Amino acid sequence: MNTFKRETSVRAVLAAGAAAAVMAVGATGALAQSEDTYKIGVVTFLSGQAAESFGVPAWNGGKVLIEKLNAGEGPAPYDKKGFGGLTIEPVVIDEAGGATKQVQEFRNLVQRENVDAVVGYVSSGDCLAIAPVADELKALTVLYDCGTPRVFEDGEYEYAFRTAAHATMDNVALARYMKEKGMDVETIGGINQDYAWGHDSWRDFTASMKQLYPESEVVAELFPAFGAGQYGTEISAIMRENPDVIHSSNWGGDLQALILQAMPRGMFQRSQVALSAGDHVMPPLGENMPQDVVIGARGAYGYMAPDTPLNQWWQKIYMDEYDVIPVQAPYRMAQAILGLKLAVEKAMEENGGQKPTKEQVAAALKGSSWESPAGQIEMALGNGHQAIQPTAIGRTMKNDEGKVVIGDIVRFNARCVNPPEGKKSIEWIESGFEGAQCD
Amino acid sequence: MHGKTLKTLLGGAVLMAVLLLAGFAAPQWLLFTATKAIGYGIVALGIVVLMRGGVVSFGQGMVYCAGAYAAGLIAANWGLTDALVLLTIGGVTGIVIGAVVGPLIARYRGIFFAMLTVALSMVLYGVLVKMNQIGGSDGFNVPEPTFFGWPPDRDSADLALYCTAIVVAGVTAMLCRVYFDSMAGLMSRAVRENELRVEYLGTSVHRTMVLNFVVAAGFGGVGGALNGMALGHVDPLFSFWTTSGEFVFVAILAGPYSVAAVFVASIILELVRSFSNLYFPETWQLVLGAFLLAVILFLPEGIGSLWAKGRIIAPRTPRDDVTRSRAAEDRSTGGSRVATATRAARPTAKEPQA
Repeated sequence: MNTFKRETSVRAVLAAGAAAAVMAVGATGALAQSEDTYKIGVVTFLSGQAAESFGVPAWNGGKVLIEKLNAGEGPAPYDKKGFGGLTIEPVVIDEAGGATKQVQEFRNLVQRENVDAVVGYVSSGDCLAIAPVADELKALTVLYDCGTPRVFEDGEYEYAFRTAAHATMDNVALARYMKEKGMDVETIGGINQDYAWGHDSWRDFTASMKQLYPESEVVAELFPAFGAGQYGTEISAIMRENPDVIHSSNWGGDLQALILQAMPRGMFQRSQVALSAGDHVMPPLGENMPQDVVIGARGAYGYMAPDTPLNQWWQKIYMDEYDVIPVQAPYRMAQAILGLKLAVEKAMEENGGQKPTKEQVAAALKGSSWESPAGQIEMALGNGHQAIQPTAIGRTMKNDEGKVVIGDIVRFNARCVNPPEGKKSIEWIESGFEGAQCD
Repeated sequence: MHGKTLKTLLGGAVLMAVLLLAGFAAPQWLLFTATKAIGYGIVALGIVVLMRGGVVSFGQGMVYCAGAYAAGLIAANWGLTDALVLLTIGGVTGIVIGAVVGPLIARYRGIFFAMLTVALSMVLYGVLVKMNQIGGSDGFNVPEPTFFGWPPDRDSADLALYCTAIVVAGVTAMLCRVYFDSMAGLMSRAVRENELRVEYLGTSVHRTMVLNFVVAAGFGGVGGALNGMALGHVDPLFSFWTTSGEFVFVAILAGPYSVAAVFVASIILELVRSFSNLYFPETWQLVLGAFLLAVILFLPEGIGSLWAKGRIIAPRTPRDDVTRSRAAEDRSTGGSRVATATRAARPTAKEPQA
């Protein structure tokens, strides 16, 4: 992999001049849409903070899955070659650079590369910016990972879909897990990153705790800067208050740093720590991952995935290739691609076996439901454009081999931890989870 | 008005007309990229204005962001979506901020000026990230603009905005030209050469610097409003230091010789970035960096030097060589009086050309 990267870099430098020359002539690259391939633009972080945690593993998962699907090696009902016989042709671009750059690259994918669909976006800011553009360009777009509920709660789109549940589920499930396990919670503290994700997660968590533990009280809320890396002050401040539960929605390097710095201070012994999206730091931390941490994966992913034939197949193809367990991001990529696959095939059938139009695929995807390695996905919200899915929460513990894994798992029905259609997440939580169906 | 200025303005008008017509033939994706590049170019033009006075702002993101937010908030909340009105709002916001910040900051030079501007832009970034009512770090969406009450359909929206961008860029570029050639504008160059002398001659250096700062801020606000409309989304990253850095990049890439070069540099940068992102998704930053290095190595005075500089230096006379060597001598001995005098005798040298 390393040598490959180095070679590409050298080639990249050499080709820079050539590329510039090509541009000077004004190569438009406007190729006609092919009838026997299905071209998807994949946008995910390949550089920056979110690359190592989400972007790269997600695309690793996408790559191996597309390879298997193109070879027709998927299990039923995903056993047709590619998308209903059409070869899947991915075009990957980097999500780094902010929403401004992403809107521009999205337009280039649609208008210049003529992709049939775009699958992408980890950052909520990017999703919010892309969804209206998708409608404007009538470009089928599958948001695969981003968390903010605002996309389909504040807006209504025809061509944009999100095939994974939004972040409200993660924090509602976290609170429900504690209640279900009979944990005694009187005081709550939180360390969350100082940007929309951190604030939204904290808001959903505290609102849920207020419903489930009406007597509980927030004693410390800390918002260190995104990418701060040093949490000594926050750890001191929160440990002085000594809350029963410490919540954090941190991810990636920020979460690893927080864990490594809090461990010698005894934070994990003195308080029950609950991480809403922490599973992805377990492979890199290995034995350094503390035990007895309540942990979520933003779905029933990785260590908490259900034991189904589809999941066994998926974990096997991923681990054969990369020798590490797939965590949340690759699962989310896989469920997006599988959902799109069934929608394309359904639309194709209705189109008499011909390659379907974007409108036909959008109509097929809207309100659809399919089995993913992490359970059944249902496009139940946002007028059939926003998915809900079952989730699971567990506790970190050592297995027989001495490895840190997730055990003591509680599974939650999709309708138990997601708001019903037409209701905004926060209002739903504050109404006491009105209409929630827990088994 | 100088005959030369008139000629440049005429040339600018013709160029604008050609570009407007070209818009009808260009593919859709290029229209959008061009619109965004023009937005960046207008902001970078502000940096060129400041550079003429001898300072560089690494914080133009502040006015860019302020213009985008002001226009975006008004469009999203009050339903006022006319492109021209929003551009005016962006520009006015920039000017107001420039007028408040300018007098404070115009006393600083060099690295202090640069760092203070970065600091201010990051203050705005920090404040916006915390304002969850308007989307915090995720930002918010801006409705599609209308043009004199006409809401364009999907196929003509990109073209309409492109045409608006061309007109705005043309007007700002020509205003720039007029300003550069005016007494106040020429004063900037004197300030850069020798502030003490300018003060002795009875003019306020401070006033010149403030004026430059306000002009640059106004451009920044217009660029921000334009890009906010084009993207349909604004977020605090507009004010982040990397955004400001890109404007400086464009200004450096363009060089100080030509106003048009700023826009050329901006669109080249966008195209290189877009294609390297497509062809080298994992190493596109490296390609972009290599490209910038190549430009700095082979065109140290910017893209504009390809045409504008050649025009000035072409009729090389022995006298030119003498003055040049004398100026070099002066510089090496630390004196700049003679150099200033000789340069003042050739007012068109080193002047940006539209």
